Amino acid sequence: MRVGLFIPCYVDQFYPAAAIATLQLLEKLGVDVSYPKNQTCCGQPMANSGFEHLTGGCNNLFISNFKAFDYVVCPSGSCVLHIKHHLHSLGNEDEAVSLRDRVYELTEFLTDILKVKKLGAAFPHKVGLHQSCHGQRGLHLSQMTELVADDFSKPRQLLNMVEGLELMPLDRKDECCGFGGTFCVAEEAVSVKMGQDRVADHLRHDVEYITSADLSCLMHMEGILHRQGSRVSVIHIAEILNSSKN
Amino acid sequence: MNTATKDHAELAGDFNKDIDRVDWHDETLWWIRQKRDIAVHKLPEWELLRETASQIKNNVLSNLNNYLQQFEANAQSNGIVVHWAADAQEHNAIVLALLKKNGITQMVKSKSMLTEECHLNEHLEANGIGVIDSDLGERIVQLAKEMPSHIVLPCIHKKKEEIGELFHIHLNTPKGNADPQFLTETARQHLRDTFLTRKAALTGVNFAVAETGEFVVCTNEGNADMGAHLADIHIASMGIEKIIPERKHLGVFLRLLTRSATGQPITTYSSHFVKPREGQEMHIIMVDNGRSIQLGREDFRNSLKCIRCGACMNTCPVYRRSGGHSYHYAISGPIGSILAPNLDMEKYADLPFASTLCGSCTNVCPVKIDIHDQLYKWRQVIVQKGYVPAAKKASMQAMAWVLASPGKYHMAGKAARFTMKLVPFAVNNQLNPWYKHRDMPKVPQQSFGEWYDKNRDN
Repeated sequence: MRVGLFIPCYVDQFYPAAAIATLQLLEKLGVDVSYPKNQTCCGQPMANSGFEHLTGGCNNLFISNFKAFDYVVCPSGSCVLHIKHHLHSLGNEDEAVSLRDRVYELTEFLTDILKVKKLGAAFPHKVGLHQSCHGQRGLHLSQMTELVADDFSKPRQLLNMVEGLELMPLDRKDECCGFGGTFCVAEEAVSVKMGQDRVADHLRHDVEYITSADLSCLMHMEGILHRQGSRVSVIHIAEILNSSKN
Repeated sequence: MNTATKDHAELAGDFNKDIDRVDWHDETLWWIRQKRDIAVHKLPEWELLRETASQIKNNVLSNLNNYLQQFEANAQSNGIVVHWAADAQEHNAIVLALLKKNGITQMVKSKSMLTEECHLNEHLEANGIGVIDSDLGERIVQLAKEMPSHIVLPCIHKKKEEIGELFHIHLNTPKGNADPQFLTETARQHLRDTFLTRKAALTGVNFAVAETGEFVVCTNEGNADMGAHLADIHIASMGIEKIIPERKHLGVFLRLLTRSATGQPITTYSSHFVKPREGQEMHIIMVDNGRSIQLGREDFRNSLKCIRCGACMNTCPVYRRSGGHSYHYAISGPIGSILAPNLDMEKYADLPFASTLCGSCTNVCPVKIDIHDQLYKWRQVIVQKGYVPAAKKASMQAMAWVLASPGKYHMAGKAARFTMKLVPFAVNNQLNPWYKHRDMPKVPQQSFGEWYDKNRDN
């Protein structure tokens, strides 16, 4: 099983620690994983702004970088959702369609493909789990509060394997943080208010860290926490799952 | 209210100047979302009900012409006069002509979002007809000369003190009295007189049954019934998508409607109007106003399944924090944002962008409209039609150019990190909307790609 590591552009540039943790975690679990160097971006920033017609270049790059792999794994639900819904190819649509089905968000790859039962990780802290909408409602990483259906959560299932970690409850457990791609600047007032409210929910429940399977939400909430001078940090779920016991 | 020149982001920005009000608005609507959750979790078959409703509506949309004609024939044989209106102007002209023919200058109207969409009140008032809205929330926004901010809860943006002040001005209640029970009783007395003296009543239509030619009007206040039962002429306005094939289908829709809307098991009044009583005239106006165009848009046709419950508004984190008026359309929130561009793509080009695409609207929708996917699709259509600022277009083209090339991407990434590190004030300033209330991410020593080059693969 050869796995291609897909690291979204903003994670590559601003959050390399999360990408390194993802790589190390997969290696630790015995996965044959490598990082194709010519990757850039999934194209979502353009597509969600109404410019999907400009994403052909990103699509072609994605396909040429990843077509040879059995699976593609990425530590961002949002980028994975975009690929799964919108990866096309002018020359070879069958290739695009087959690749879409082989792309996995990190936590679902761990629970559904690797079927991880133990991690050997420890993180003795109070942690709040932010359910990123694209991962949750798009990829169904967790059950959604709107539906009358059985509860489950792939990120929570993994966090429960981490020694010492105390998962804190939230008042609104799957409300959007307000990042929303270009929404965060185009609708600055509402975006910020949504982020402040989300952060406040975590703070009310006394968390030390806010974690998520999506860094875009965390980047937004981190920006608000820093501005407020808060001592609460954001941390990508891969960094918690990759934490060691010593 | 002059909101024509401002877009959703600006209007939402204005709304957010009063943070206490935003919190109050958010919590009020979230409370209704929670009531909805409690109600729907009592029904293990909830998701099956949604699916059934969705399929019934899909059938209706695929056979709309047949069901409409079946309804028309059955309604006519019941003694209801059926009118067809291609657009808002025709609808308003039909209502006006009916009133004029009977020498009526005053009309009572229960809640009808269609008449808001058609701007009926303005048209009638310009022609010397007085209209009194009998739904309490609608009456309040009418007194305030505002649009409803929510399709089920028209005055949800108003605090009780503001309503007390409006009643003091218009209904002579004591200044400073904001007791909800007192204000409601005042409105009841005032409306009772209206019901007794109006010769014409207009109602909306929640469901029109093709099989029987009857229509169903759902209210909690009984105001539609009070109006229609006392008036000599009952006019019902309905969008052509309100048809359901058979009476038994109400067993699905009535269970979904109010649980989704307010968390009640059913509306207090679900009244069936089958035929006019002795001496009464009953008219129904079937209005297209863009619906057949929407029906022809493959990606957007199923927005016509909407039963106007408002659940998508109550759950929408953007709606709750921007207020209904920020959508500058009769129907606000996520559903309004996918309906409005069909009528005027340029005027409502901003609305599909007033969303984070979180998808909660789609999950609460009782008829399973893929609202957030349609928001995404409207964005593509609006950009293709050119209704997008030139600066945005240029920045998107530049971004696509950089991201299509690994070389340019690596250079741009390096340059951005370099700039943020050495001259942070180049990005940390008030020209950057991110920076107004959020810090920028800390710049790392190296990108992941650079780290990988040094630590793996070599």
